[in-house]
Amino acid sequence: MSIDVRAETAVPAQRTSQDRLDQRELRRRERRFQHRDKWWGYALIAPAGIGLAVFYLWPVVQTVYYSFTEWGAFGGTSWIGLSNYRTLVGDPEFWQSLGNTGIYTGLVLLGIPLSMVLAVLLNLKGLTGTGIYRTFYFLPVVTMPAAVAVVWRWLYNGDAGILNHALSAIGINGTYWVSDPHVIRFAVAVVGVWMTVGYNMILLLAGLQSIPGDYYEAASLDGAGRIRQFFSVTLPLLSPTLFFTTVLSIIQSLQVFDLVYLIIGGNTQNALQNPAYSEGQTVVMLFFQKAFYDNQRGYGAAIVCVLFVLIMALTAIQFRLQKRWVHYA
Amino acid sequence: MREATRDTRSSRVRNRSRQGRLWPAHVLLSLGAVVTVFPLVWEVLTSFKSFGESVQVPPTILPAHWDWSNYGKVFDAVPLGRQFVNTAVMALLRTGAQLLLCSMAAYAFARIRFPGRGVIFLGFLAVLMVPGQLFLLPQYQIMQDLGWLDSMQALVIPGMFSAFGTFLLRQFFMGLPEELEEAARLDGANPFTVFWRVALPLAKPGLLALGVLTFLWSWNDLMWPLIVNTDPAKMPLSAGLASLQGAHLTEYPILMAGSLLATLPVIVVFVAMQRQFIQGIAFSGMKG
Repeated sequence: MSIDVRAETAVPAQRTSQDRLDQRELRRRERRFQHRDKWWGYALIAPAGIGLAVFYLWPVVQTVYYSFTEWGAFGGTSWIGLSNYRTLVGDPEFWQSLGNTGIYTGLVLLGIPLSMVLAVLLNLKGLTGTGIYRTFYFLPVVTMPAAVAVVWRWLYNGDAGILNHALSAIGINGTYWVSDPHVIRFAVAVVGVWMTVGYNMILLLAGLQSIPGDYYEAASLDGAGRIRQFFSVTLPLLSPTLFFTTVLSIIQSLQVFDLVYLIIGGNTQNALQNPAYSEGQTVVMLFFQKAFYDNQRGYGAAIVCVLFVLIMALTAIQFRLQKRWVHYA
Repeated sequence: MREATRDTRSSRVRNRSRQGRLWPAHVLLSLGAVVTVFPLVWEVLTSFKSFGESVQVPPTILPAHWDWSNYGKVFDAVPLGRQFVNTAVMALLRTGAQLLLCSMAAYAFARIRFPGRGVIFLGFLAVLMVPGQLFLLPQYQIMQDLGWLDSMQALVIPGMFSAFGTFLLRQFFMGLPEELEEAARLDGANPFTVFWRVALPLAKPGLLALGVLTFLWSWNDLMWPLIVNTDPAKMPLSAGLASLQGAHLTEYPILMAGSLLATLPVIVVFVAMQRQFIQGIAFSGMKG
């Protein structure tokens, strides 16, 4: 703080033009149309604000509190300090589910290059039929996950599934994809990629379309070929979008629930009988099972609190690392 | 998006030669599209097969004879009609409420000056950043305390409020030209009238984008309905399908018919409003 003040008094001459600019900017902002009746402001915000406070903001505080408590058989909570977290650290089921979720996230990220290829192709100048392609690639995004799971369970079916039939045609013996502990994570990740490729493609396509054509013209005047243009124009200018897509993908994959839950069983009782259950179970599935099936609310709360911290930490790390590869124009 | 090609001969010729060079792109894109759509096509085909035919080895591609009966049998297995109504009511009420409440709050954040605006907005942003599972336990608790388990209120009410929607529409309002609003204000209209009569109609593209996204997410939402409504007659389709699959029903043609019926409305909405959909996603790039 003190350094700031000294700098300001020491070099007034250099700062004046900058100051004047700031002043102008400030006045411009001041002029922006704004109502002055503050009561209208409160009134318009109140319905959404109160709802969000009651159903979202306060629950976060409560969940954090719950994670330090144990739930009695007849309701009521008792404070047990860090006990839930200590149990969590020693719980192999938790580590297994965390590992499964990590693998799922990593595999789904492999879909981003795929989305990138599709977006680049769809962005080619003069290409016809882009609307139809876009519709097709986007269909899995809008399809209800419950329906997606049913369809893929059928494709993956060990006895009558079309996948194993196709594999046997080329001499490979397929397995029971959704109940084989060795393959379940990959089987699920394939569906995850299938469901997200179109979504990421749309994000990346929007990024590609915002790159001004002049850059390419300049590059081709300098003699850069198609490939060269991709690496020295497209990729750097698309890096903010790529970064954003990656961050979002990771946040969403770490919270994966419906898809895996449904492919493995459809309900908790059913899923628990699946031999591949522990190899497929994700962190949020573990939370769901503990909180709403085993009635260990405090433990469930601790699981999601840890997940929250993990997501925040990973996102923060990515924002740190972005300086190395993301170029903002 | 793409500039209209002038209908002169030279541009047509250039266009044709360009199309010629684009065929590898078409091959790749079509291949990908076939792989992407195949599971859905297989779903449709299976839904028209008899159970015996569906498990036949080697499998048939097209049904030997198109059997519509699976679509009837689904209704016997679950109260599909009821669940359909539940889903539609849930999705429409959530969407309608969000559009109204979010746009009001968004307008206030964008255009009205009042003490505490920054702090309140930070609260909204905080909700946006927290993973959804952190809300579930206390929300369930609230529903239980109110006696709302297994009810329509449980499906609708928490989903009426959205920090995401407020954020999206705030961005939208901030991008609108101010002159019309200023003029209305000078004519003596109060802020609500300016919002309702002037700003809201201008924000229609933003409202449509938020509307289709909210409708889709509500229609497909699974975890919350699974937690609060365990009575099949009170479930939406997503939870109904999950329980159908869990109920040891192994007749895949019936399951396929059910999934298709459950998905169809969203696909129709998507195809009809594709532009808004894609705009919404590209604009926000965020999900739930």
